Amino acid sequence: MQPSPKPAQTPPRANLAGWLYVSPLVLVLVPFFVAPILVVLAASFFSTDGFGGLTPEFTLASYVDVLHSALTLKLYLATIKFTVLTWVFTLIIGFFVAYFLVFHVRNQLLAIGLFLLCTVPFWTSNIIRMISWIPLLGKEGLINQALLALGVIHQPLEVLLFSDLAVVIAYVHQLTIFMIVPIFNSMARIDKKLIEAAIDAGASRFDILRLIVVPMSKSGIALGTIFVVSIVMGDFFVVKVMSGGGSASVVSAFYEDVGVLQYPTAAASAVLLTLVLVGIVSLILRTVDIRQEITR
Amino acid sequence: MSAVLADVPEAVAPAATKAIAPRKGGRPWTFYVLATLFGLYVIALYGPMFCIYILSFQDIRGGLVFPMKGHSLHWFVDLFTQVRTGDVKGSFDRSIKLAVIVTVITVVVSFLAGLGFRKRFRGDTVVFYMMIGSLVAPGLVLGLGTGLLFQALGLNASWYTSALGSQLSWTLPFGVLVMFAVMSRFNHVWEEAAYDLGASRWQSIRLVMIPVLAPGLVAVALFGFTLSYDEFARSLQTAGSLNTLPLEIWSMTLNVTSPSLYALGTVTTIVSFVVIGASLGSIVLIQKKRGSQAKG
Repeated sequence: MQPSPKPAQTPPRANLAGWLYVSPLVLVLVPFFVAPILVVLAASFFSTDGFGGLTPEFTLASYVDVLHSALTLKLYLATIKFTVLTWVFTLIIGFFVAYFLVFHVRNQLLAIGLFLLCTVPFWTSNIIRMISWIPLLGKEGLINQALLALGVIHQPLEVLLFSDLAVVIAYVHQLTIFMIVPIFNSMARIDKKLIEAAIDAGASRFDILRLIVVPMSKSGIALGTIFVVSIVMGDFFVVKVMSGGGSASVVSAFYEDVGVLQYPTAAASAVLLTLVLVGIVSLILRTVDIRQEITR
Repeated sequence: MSAVLADVPEAVAPAATKAIAPRKGGRPWTFYVLATLFGLYVIALYGPMFCIYILSFQDIRGGLVFPMKGHSLHWFVDLFTQVRTGDVKGSFDRSIKLAVIVTVITVVVSFLAGLGFRKRFRGDTVVFYMMIGSLVAPGLVLGLGTGLLFQALGLNASWYTSALGSQLSWTLPFGVLVMFAVMSRFNHVWEEAAYDLGASRWQSIRLVMIPVLAPGLVAVALFGFTLSYDEFARSLQTAGSLNTLPLEIWSMTLNVTSPSLYALGTVTTIVSFVVIGASLGSIVLIQKKRGSQAKG
């Protein structure tokens, strides 16, 4: 958050009351967010016997390993590729779905109904949602069967499942809702009179979109972006399952490291990833003050 | 996602004036384009899931892809009786219990934090950023950190201690963000009025705020429940020896290649729907009750 103008000088009592209200939150976040992060940070400087034992002696070996490894760059490039592709698709679909619901569906009840329709599938396990693509994308799946029957192809396409394509499809399937909800929320608050005024002033449909709707939904877009980017960059099982082991991301490599008890290397790469994520998120928060926008 | 359930009625309310571009009469071409996009999105959203629901009702010859072979409840029986498919029932029980605990804590803590964040206090930015950090940190990394922390402290990881804490570090930020949106629609005049009438702080919270914000609190609850019930990455290293349902599903996706997997998808979907139905029902009940009280 920007150092927003402090209200004169908060009286001590207000400070105390504020802290009392958030103390349960802090009491959870300190042991289960701050402490684990510090543990991982510490572990990244430790050396290991290779069997999961950690020796508390300061060494940068893990970082040197991680930074020197050609694999690291490859993993980050793969992760960034998945993140950018997923972000672009979820943003486009999410934005226009929200736009359609808010500005084109005239019946309010219908809009709410259609909105709920979009959220319902997200109440089931996302692992199940992911594997639900198997009957469709598989070698003997519906899409291949249909294409074969139509004579478009003569051999089943193998790139549909267990490929980068499948990974992106699964991400978009799982995460578009994280764009729709916040964008829908911020769009629904745009005063329709503004748009009427713009039309009266001769604005084209595109002008309205560009000059009114997009700027006024930016808090929703920012929030959605934070959700999508942090989930994709922090994910490993979509990549693992949907690529059939063919692709890896930073976290899936981390998962492998943990599997073979290479804690320090895993921790070092986790620290790097967290730094990258913090960088991205603070860039977003720098452009949009989410707290201000939400509580406005 | 469920956050908006409670928000929607108010959020969409301004749209009642519906003065946007498509004036009464003909729809602009963009309506048809966006309606098509929306339709395709919904099909892509539901299509794969319906495939697995249908395929889960095959008979014993059934496979993972179409065409469907006969129909029976064989794979549901298989799911709960076969040892090979793991401890579905036990993990299911644990996941439900855990989700209920997480839900209760999330509602209470988020509500309090929401109250606290209404006014600025010294250090509020730190707490806010801690929360955002907890939201975006890769779940697997936090899970590992928590696991190592418990190990270092000589504590046993279990689903009701370490996994509970890890899940809260994920559900609470969501809950508080939802509370921000809910609280921003709370009219402070009512609270002022309560104070003017001599209510204590506790009375104004209990008799004014909680009843007014009830739908929003149900939304937070729904959020907490679904996030916990579906939480995977943070629980992986922290659940100890007994699995939660997502972990069980995960290991099933690695071992089981029969429609049992799909049957599990169908069962978890049904459970989600029961929970959501109950929550939505309670929102409707609350609002009905409120309506009749207003009349009476």
